[in-house]
Amino acid sequence: MKGQGIKNFFDKHRPKFEKGGKLHPFQSVFEGFETFMYVPDATTKKGSHVRDYIDLKRTMIFVVLAVVPTMLFGMYNIGYQHYHAIGEFAQTSFWQVFIYGLIRVLPVIVVSYVVGLAIEFTFAQIKGHEINEGYLVSGILIPLVLPIDTPLWMVAIAVAFSVIIAKEAFGGTGMNIWNPALIARAFLFFAYPSHMSGDSVWVRIGADADKVVDGFSGATPLGMALTGNIDYNIWDAFWGFIPGSIGETSTFAILLGAAFLLITGIGSWRIMLSTVLGALFTGLIINAFAVNPFMEIPFWHHLFLGGFAFGAVFMATDPVSAAQTPAGKWIYGFLIGVMAIVIRVLNPAYPEGVMLAILLMNTFAPLIDHYVVQANVKKRLKRAAANV
Amino acid sequence: MSDKEALFSKKNLRLLTDPLGSKNPITVQVLGICSALAVTAQLKPAFVMTLSVIVVTALSNVIISLLRNTIPNRIRIIVQLVIVASLVILVDQVLKAFVYDVSKQLSVFVGLIITNCIIMGRLEAFALGNKPGPAFLDGIGNGAGYGLILIVVAFFRELLGAGTIWGFHVIPEGFYNLGYVNNGLMVLSPMALITVGVIIWFQRTKNHDLVEENK
Repeated sequence: MKGQGIKNFFDKHRPKFEKGGKLHPFQSVFEGFETFMYVPDATTKKGSHVRDYIDLKRTMIFVVLAVVPTMLFGMYNIGYQHYHAIGEFAQTSFWQVFIYGLIRVLPVIVVSYVVGLAIEFTFAQIKGHEINEGYLVSGILIPLVLPIDTPLWMVAIAVAFSVIIAKEAFGGTGMNIWNPALIARAFLFFAYPSHMSGDSVWVRIGADADKVVDGFSGATPLGMALTGNIDYNIWDAFWGFIPGSIGETSTFAILLGAAFLLITGIGSWRIMLSTVLGALFTGLIINAFAVNPFMEIPFWHHLFLGGFAFGAVFMATDPVSAAQTPAGKWIYGFLIGVMAIVIRVLNPAYPEGVMLAILLMNTFAPLIDHYVVQANVKKRLKRAAANV
Repeated sequence: MSDKEALFSKKNLRLLTDPLGSKNPITVQVLGICSALAVTAQLKPAFVMTLSVIVVTALSNVIISLLRNTIPNRIRIIVQLVIVASLVILVDQVLKAFVYDVSKQLSVFVGLIITNCIIMGRLEAFALGNKPGPAFLDGIGNGAGYGLILIVVAFFRELLGAGTIWGFHVIPEGFYNLGYVNNGLMVLSPMALITVGVIIWFQRTKNHDLVEENK
């Protein structure tokens, strides 16, 4: 059998990578590829034992699978926006549109993976850690939250910053306080604001600048709302035919991913649901006291606009940086929803508040967990005292 | 007398060099962080700040050391504050007279040298118990240790944030034409904190004695 052949290959070459072997410096690389192909037979020797039939690698792969619909749709939407901007959509075939997006998005994904994995491999080898798939998820999430026109060198710098400063400095996968993908985006947002906001970065025009049709603006719905000139179709926003970051536009594709995460039990439904509830709650309050067109946007529109859906499904639920206790997850998610809409609507400088809201609540997640656990301890002590 | 040792003896020289490395006030003792974040967006103000702090730490160390046997213990903090404040006012006036533009840039942070923990720390920890000569060296050393970090941080922040060093453009025009953009985050203070953090990281990787035991 073919699979057995691969196994034999690993068995044959393993001694070279063990201590004293010729290729020992690349031991973590060997180990990384071996466990990528086969579930390792080693078990945890100390510390906590979590019994499950999947390990970290499989968890990560499931998340990557869950973002595939958004990624594919994002590619199509890049082409869709492009051909609409230059007025040639009607005479362009589906595949032409898709391939236009594909060849623009692919380099971003490649840069993100190459830079990120190179740094991860280097650190794993220096520290003697195992290589793990932590970066596989961040590596696909980072391109999906960027505007299509982000220069590749900026992507590389942002990835390097997020992996080194936000992840390796804290001890690598599982030790980071903030979601690495959002740190990369936040870095770009503050470092190169002109490439991360405004009206001209969301739609790829490329070499066809002279063909752009009259009346084309390129602004995202949230960008329009900021100027009070609201002109979007909410169902376009639901299906995803609006300008925006590569993977964030289609709420429908994100919902497919969310369903996959929930069925496989990898994403937390508590966080997703409470984030949505928090946003709806804040949206209603803001509607009630609306004084400008942005505040008058119907509260449920916020779920389909900007990066809200993407953030709630793929970013807020990151098991490392989110709250861990069930009650904590409710509080954490709800506050993300509240903060996201507050920042989005009430602070004109940041039309997109989801990123900042999640990073802020990432910071507070350990504190929330601490108080949830303490409350539980207190409750049980009381019960114990009452029973004596 | 045996305790009459030379000013530049080996032991005293360590007072000068230790704060630059293993006893650095910023990266090891984590003091004086606030001004390190505030004045390091450009090299020039950081350099002027460094000189000001060196002058104040050195002179206040000497003065306190001279007075150390006459200051009543219970009011020593007030006496220290008065001396430091007077020195800071002097420095401030000199800056206003000779480098007015930088003094405007540093604004309130010159006055805030009074509250710089490094100065009070050295007065309490060193000047009160040592002779004026070593106290002077200790002041210079700690001021320089503080300034070293300031200048390194400011160098990177100005280079990456504004593309200049000491106000001169060093990144060639061609880079900008190719699409290079200055990093706006470097100008904001969070990046100063992160830069200091990275310096601490490097220092601890080189010098394992500084790493705390894992409890």
